[in-house]
Amino acid sequence: MKKTQRLTQFLAISALLLSVQTAQAQTAYVSNEKDDTLSVINLDTYEVTATIDVGQRPRGIILSKDQSKLYICASDSDTVQVMDLSTHQIIKELPSGEDPEQFALHPNDRHLYIANEDDALATIVDTQTSEVLAQIDVGVEPEGMAVSPDGKIAVNTSETTNMVHWIDTETMQLVDNTLVDQRPRHVEFSKDSKVLWASSEIGGNVSIIDVASRQITHKVTFKIRGVHPDKIQPVGIKLSDDGQYAFVALGPANHIAVIDTKTFKVLEYILVGRRVWHMAFNADQSLLLTTNGISGDVTVVDVAKMKAIKSIKVGRYPWGIVVKSQ
Amino acid sequence: MNMSSAQYWHCFRGVLVREYLRFIQQRTRFFSALVRPLLWLVVFAAGFRAALGIAIIEPYETYITYEVYIAPGLCCMILLFNGMQSSLSMVYDREMGSMRVLLMSPLPRWFLLVCKLLSIALVSLLQVYAFLLIALLVDVEPPLWGYLTALPAFLLVAVMLGAIGLFISSWIKQLENFAGVMNFVIFPMFFLSSALYPLWKMQEASEWLYWICSSNPFTYAVELVRHALYMKFDLLAFSVTLSTTILFSLLAINGFNPQRAAKGK
Repeated sequence: MKKTQRLTQFLAISALLLSVQTAQAQTAYVSNEKDDTLSVINLDTYEVTATIDVGQRPRGIILSKDQSKLYICASDSDTVQVMDLSTHQIIKELPSGEDPEQFALHPNDRHLYIANEDDALATIVDTQTSEVLAQIDVGVEPEGMAVSPDGKIAVNTSETTNMVHWIDTETMQLVDNTLVDQRPRHVEFSKDSKVLWASSEIGGNVSIIDVASRQITHKVTFKIRGVHPDKIQPVGIKLSDDGQYAFVALGPANHIAVIDTKTFKVLEYILVGRRVWHMAFNADQSLLLTTNGISGDVTVVDVAKMKAIKSIKVGRYPWGIVVKSQ
Repeated sequence: MNMSSAQYWHCFRGVLVREYLRFIQQRTRFFSALVRPLLWLVVFAAGFRAALGIAIIEPYETYITYEVYIAPGLCCMILLFNGMQSSLSMVYDREMGSMRVLLMSPLPRWFLLVCKLLSIALVSLLQVYAFLLIALLVDVEPPLWGYLTALPAFLLVAVMLGAIGLFISSWIKQLENFAGVMNFVIFPMFFLSSALYPLWKMQEASEWLYWICSSNPFTYAVELVRHALYMKFDLLAFSVTLSTTILFSLLAINGFNPQRAAKGK
């Protein structure tokens, strides 16, 4: 009798521990541009646990604030899809304008700022009412999009005009432009909303812009031993929450650069897969995940050691990535 | 005659100390054994740095630089040259007569040769670890425990290559023949293996080249070390390396005939 009791107790405790572990597992969602799918990666086991069909050519993806919904730029379907992450079902499609590629969610968790690459427009959509709030003329081939953490400014980059466009989120009007180097692809605000990082793909550098004056204060260039300078094409940027590091994906150079945000010196180049596009941190920012377009995988980087520790095969041409913390 | 284990140990120690003293006294040999793989690592690999970061192969979990790829092969290169160089020393020993002194020992001949093999292997290990320490400077950083798990692999490979060396030395009559060993054994063994390029690359280049490489025991020795260095075990590589070691040890023991050495002199 005692034995049965002990066994039951043991099983109950094991089940409890297992459920706690399952609950803690973080999940990465990766958009596969060529497969029209999302790959779901369990960050405890580093295994792809599901592949979900979505709209055509999914690229930019963002989580809602409560992480219950995922917004997906389905570029060739000309829409932004909304996925319920508890069921993995598309519950809504938002009017995004043509060819949405990158977008940013306002801290109010409601307004989505979308870059329409083919139309030289930035579209602002209310995610609750599905209403288009404004369409703003920006430069040719708009691409990167970011909203400052304080919610006051939205920024868009245009690949052909080579500009950073400043949008007042209150008036939803374009207020200023800053010229940067060729083919700006991605923008990222510092946590205090005071500094903006903008990558120039053909220019091969990253401009650091003072938000108050909208002037470039620094430019970071890159040099990797054994890699031709033409192949160094900065795209995605991620800034660590502690304000110490900036990570820049260098596209066909197959490396990401780690930059000290105080001195703007490159501390390390980390080898990842081929044509690295974008990145995402896990919850405590101990890991950084990169999407490698041509090699079709996601590389996991140990942030403290600044080393790639694992590459996980996903679909064809992975592009966007987010990590759901619970 | 019944020999006690203390006498066996005394004999092993004697052979090991002699090998160690020779290693200490020939410092240039130590440095040249290090310079060779380091040149490969620093100069040769620099040009091919970007050549390999395109496919993930076992035992690596992610993309690696070329330096990281060739490091295990270069460790085996040290063992290969040492194994062969020691075979030269056997010819020298035989010519100088010191081999006869050793073989006059009442202990069985197979034991003497195994002592010799193990001594060569243990001395080679010092050079391999010195190389790995320097390789840290070019970011060849296997996991810390990997240095320990690679130890038995290094030992087995060293004994295998030593046994091949001993076998060859039993057929060489004069010192000068060592150049032939370089050309016909060391170089083909090293280049026609997975030391410098993974087998799938060889297969891309030519099917017969791939076939030769995958029939070369040195390929399995390199793969055994490569896996062990990253705390993984490759059963096939282990089986081939172990079988080759046993085969060549037996052949060397059989082929090493003191009477022939005396006649040769």
